[in-house]
Amino acid sequence: MSTLGDVKPTPVTLGGARGGPNVRTLRGDRWWVSPAVTVGVLTSFVAYATWAAFQNANYYVGASMHRDLISPFYSPCLTGSCVPGSHPGFVFTWWTISPAILILIFPLGFRLTCYYYRKAYYRGFWQSPPACAVADGHKSYSGEARFPLILQNLHRYFFFFGLILNVILTIDAVMAFRMPGEGLGVSVGTLVLCVNAGLLWAYSLSCHACRHLCGGGVDQFSKHKIRYRVWKTLSPLNAHHMQFAWMSLIFVGLTDLYVRLVASGVFHDPKLF
Amino acid sequence: MSEVTMRIWRGDPTGGDFENYTLPANEGEVVLDMVHRIQAGPAPDLACRWNCKAGKCGSCSAEINGMPRLMCMTRMDELPADQPVTVAPMRTFPVIRDLVTDVSFNFEVAKRIPSFAPRPREADGTYRMAQMDVDRGQEFRKCIECFLCQDVCHVIRDHEENKAHYAGPRFLMRAMELESHPLDTRDRRELLRKELGLAMCNITKCCTEVCPEHIKITDNGIIPLKERVVDAAYDPIAWLGRKILRRSRPPVLETETAASPA
Repeated sequence: MSTLGDVKPTPVTLGGARGGPNVRTLRGDRWWVSPAVTVGVLTSFVAYATWAAFQNANYYVGASMHRDLISPFYSPCLTGSCVPGSHPGFVFTWWTISPAILILIFPLGFRLTCYYYRKAYYRGFWQSPPACAVADGHKSYSGEARFPLILQNLHRYFFFFGLILNVILTIDAVMAFRMPGEGLGVSVGTLVLCVNAGLLWAYSLSCHACRHLCGGGVDQFSKHKIRYRVWKTLSPLNAHHMQFAWMSLIFVGLTDLYVRLVASGVFHDPKLF
Repeated sequence: MSEVTMRIWRGDPTGGDFENYTLPANEGEVVLDMVHRIQAGPAPDLACRWNCKAGKCGSCSAEINGMPRLMCMTRMDELPADQPVTVAPMRTFPVIRDLVTDVSFNFEVAKRIPSFAPRPREADGTYRMAQMDVDRGQEFRKCIECFLCQDVCHVIRDHEENKAHYAGPRFLMRAMELESHPLDTRDRRELLRKELGLAMCNITKCCTEVCPEHIKITDNGIIPLKERVVDAAYDPIAWLGRKILRRSRPPVLETETAASPA
């Protein structure tokens, strides 16, 4: 009679005939729509943001128009070329190109290393894989184990820089209620900056690194009740990280566009009350 | 009465091809019902693995119209009625016959995950855990081991060579279950980083998309595990904090051969 001790594990042979036919995919649905939309939107945003960043003009609506609106691409404006009223009081005179480049490095790094955007661009641009159960576009694959993709692990540091920028953009939104020469008020531009700041906070607070740092790294929640409460609060937000990622990305571009159009005199920022 | 054509892959390790079976369509049927009707009629030798027919045993995994799904949980009326329904075996694993694949790779990987190692019991001989401590792990315990997540994961689906050094979503999730267990004392992070291929996962979330138990494998399992590995290996501030506060667990660097008892 055999016992459990007699049972030997079956050795696994790697390779062998794989299941099913050797085709790229058996999917007949329109699996390519989602990666195509991702590529379209991200490419459009990058093209617009690059163009806007190198304009180095029309990013601030100041006292001459009775407003205090600054584009999120240029805030904080920290270089010697910043227009009067747009900088916080000190500047880096050694920086000679557009001030937006100095700022955009941080949100770019935050979004580039974001766990959601990784999914989006690995699928859309890198085709690794283009969609579920559709063959990888590359013959070999080493994941994020080597340089440069090992740098994805810096996400939490970009998150911290993102928080600093969120605070600054929130101050910008509050300052937008101040209308030089007209007292306090609310204009469409004020609302645009407020919604932009709110969406960026939602995107940052729903971040996976934020969720981990606030409480996800704890094993025994009963001994860390405050961190547990924060983790419990952030977890539902985290479930909508993808939506916040897209909404905040599109709206930050629209915010720059709105400020740019007002600053260039295409139309006046209407005061609501 | 309308008819439906089932396009089923028939073959063995030497090769195979699709065969069409046209059957009358009955209301309320799932794909597994169709396979059973084919077995009862035109192809009694059609091989397929199944057991509970209730989405709880994880046996009838296959690729239906190209997507990894359970045959017993895929209703015929949710598939396009105007084209044949394609049923193929799981792509990632070696085929045995027809729709049956050899999933023993997964059982070997399971042996490599260091088992649960609880801290000493309380003075009264018990372990105490608050509900808030165990809630997080409950999600991972819903896993029925259908291995659809392993099947869809492109790291091993499209790159056979990675099977030697990549655990796959099911077992990364298992590692997260153990790592976040309130009683567990082991530190598997270096093992996950160096031996079990955590960095091979590029978060494309297909495992979550196909999970029949709707477990958030990526958001709640793999990404938190990646963040824990960042704590251990890539975050100098966290490293400094551990040094100053002298908080660390002895890391496990080698895999085990014994299956986990937890």
